Amino acid sequence: MTIGQAGTIRQDGEWAIEAQGLVKRFDGFIAVDGVDIRVPRGAIYGILGPNGAGKTTTLRMLLGIIDPDEGVRRVLGHERPTDVAHQIGYLPEERGLYPAMKATEAIAFLAALRGVPLKKGRVRARELLEEHGLGYAADRQIRQLSKGMAQQVQLLGTLVHEPRLVVFDEPFSGLDALNQGKLEKMIRALAQAGTTVIFSTHVIAHAERLCDQVAIIAGGKVPFAGLVDEARDRLRPQVRLETRARDGAWRAALPADARAEGAFWHFTLPESGVEPLLRALIEGEAGILSLSIERPGLHDAFVAIAGEAAARALEDNAQGQEQ
Amino acid sequence: MIPAKLRAAWVIARRDFVAVIFSKSFLFFLLGPLFPIIVGGMAGAIGAKVQQDLDQPVVGIALPADEASRMIEARRALADAMPGDVPDFVVLDAPWGGRTYDARAALAGRSGSSGKDTDQLAAVVSGSLAHPVLTATPERAHMWQGMIALFAARAQSVAPAALPPVTVDQVQSSAAKVQSGQVTTAQAGQVVLFLLTMLLAGMVLSNLVEEKANKIIEVLAASIPMDALFLGKLFAMLGVSLVGMVVWGGAWGGLLLMGMKSLPLLAAPAVGWPLFLLLGFLYFAMAYLLLGSLFLTIGGMATTVREVQTLSMPVTMLQLMVFFFASYALARPGTWVDWAARCFPLSSPFAMLARAAREPAIWPHLLALGWQGLCVVAIVRLGAQLFRRTVMKSGPARGRKAGRRRPAKG
Repeated sequence: MTIGQAGTIRQDGEWAIEAQGLVKRFDGFIAVDGVDIRVPRGAIYGILGPNGAGKTTTLRMLLGIIDPDEGVRRVLGHERPTDVAHQIGYLPEERGLYPAMKATEAIAFLAALRGVPLKKGRVRARELLEEHGLGYAADRQIRQLSKGMAQQVQLLGTLVHEPRLVVFDEPFSGLDALNQGKLEKMIRALAQAGTTVIFSTHVIAHAERLCDQVAIIAGGKVPFAGLVDEARDRLRPQVRLETRARDGAWRAALPADARAEGAFWHFTLPESGVEPLLRALIEGEAGILSLSIERPGLHDAFVAIAGEAAARALEDNAQGQEQ
Repeated sequence: MIPAKLRAAWVIARRDFVAVIFSKSFLFFLLGPLFPIIVGGMAGAIGAKVQQDLDQPVVGIALPADEASRMIEARRALADAMPGDVPDFVVLDAPWGGRTYDARAALAGRSGSSGKDTDQLAAVVSGSLAHPVLTATPERAHMWQGMIALFAARAQSVAPAALPPVTVDQVQSSAAKVQSGQVTTAQAGQVVLFLLTMLLAGMVLSNLVEEKANKIIEVLAASIPMDALFLGKLFAMLGVSLVGMVVWGGAWGGLLLMGMKSLPLLAAPAVGWPLFLLLGFLYFAMAYLLLGSLFLTIGGMATTVREVQTLSMPVTMLQLMVFFFASYALARPGTWVDWAARCFPLSSPFAMLARAAREPAIWPHLLALGWQGLCVVAIVRLGAQLFRRTVMKSGPARGRKAGRRRPAKG
């Protein structure tokens, strides 16, 4: 059983998305190289990786925008994702609407694409705009809105037909901190309501804060897919020790990977646990000033799973976005 | 219940239709075809006036005085019975006593002894009535030789016989007239069809650029089948075209009713006017959809307006080639060229409309329309697949060569 932060994952053996061995080649290059992903219904699922890792291509294959060269996928129980397009909401990384359309019409149009009658879509659009404090912009053309407002309109258009599965491609890129917070709240609310949310990101903090499960993707491959806690648990907890004595017999009790950084010692928690170590430190009169055991974060897990190079690329992408 | 694909196509068609019809540029689209008509009309009127002013040829007469006056009298008597325009006669000289007139010098602008203005002088008749000499350029000589002979013969007669009255018994048609008239109708039908498709089908070339520029294409691709997108766009532009045609047709009809010069009447087509017009409409729709689906596919590969502009020239050439092929086939009924033009999807509407003008059978049109419809569906499907395959892809990831991959599991 998997119970995530949203606490709504069902133990019914059903998956919102199942993909096995997805491969996609473009002009002789392999963009996605045998990706396996299983997204539980009602979960918040993150696809984490640097730019060019294959996140967008994977999402496009899952949505049926492009077909995989190899592998199979099932989305909401259907092998052809387009058969259930009316149950899916999609916000691509490159956002855009028809500039001449009014906000209400734009949302109603996106609803109509997903099978909602235009009249109903218009009514729902006005309701959504009012709910999200954009009622005053309902009759304004998209070209008259700020970029942030236009993005919000598109986000509402993604959700107007009350989809069972929502796919966001880099949803936080281009948003300021305030709107990022709003979006996080919205994603949690969707999951609370039973909607499956899958999003790609190159910002570990978003995945760590929001996701029940993640797929770490690098170089077109997925070296890890599963619970965020499982990813963290791949690394032993880290110990940070501060002692009064700089040397003594107690030092023999420290693990082989222990390294000194200023007044602190850093090392991985030994398999035997912390008690034998504490005993040796006390008996050796090390003079313990502080000792903390830190569970590794998703960043450490990412470095361990995807490698230093991928982690560096991820950090570069995140810094680039902030700038 | 409407199939999902058609419903999706309808959503796209409605959006595109409304977006075009309510755009400011649509007014210019409607006015567009009027500009060449106005410019053409003005140029024609000016040209006609210039022609009228400049091209009033005069035939100079250089005969002995009494012969010259008889010649002019003969012209006056016969001019009305002659076909076409009869040039004015002007007496240049009245040579006597064996003196000859230098007609070549007069035609070359060296006016000679008469001193008359020879600017409009196109030919000179000299010699005598019994042996008239016509000095003129080969074209003029060929044109007027018989006329001068007739006038001279009449002038020679002491008591010319009156022209007998001819009773005219008019018939509406003849076998030869029907056949040639229907060929003219067929040609006119093809020309109208060509002009309309050339004017309108090119519009779809840039139709997907908007979606790409606005980056909405990915949302569309995720929401609806790509062939529904193509179909929707095609039918939207067909609707826009029909609005244009109604406006232009209305304007044209209005001008006719307001008393403009009547058009040369065309012979009734073999299938009759009502069916011919209906078939004309259907074949326009098919020609539009066939060319449009092809252009949409080609235009779908373009990412910028500049690329579309570059593509528009070869596309226009393609339309011209199709038209020339169908026109060529019109002159060779029953040959393999004719059959090829009827079967080749792009030329089929043109060739079949021409057939409707010349042959009364209706079933071939049903067959042709079905075939053309199938071709539209096939091109749309192929175009949509190609579009999906080539447009919706991420950039290649560097350093990952093909070959390093896991086999598919299922």
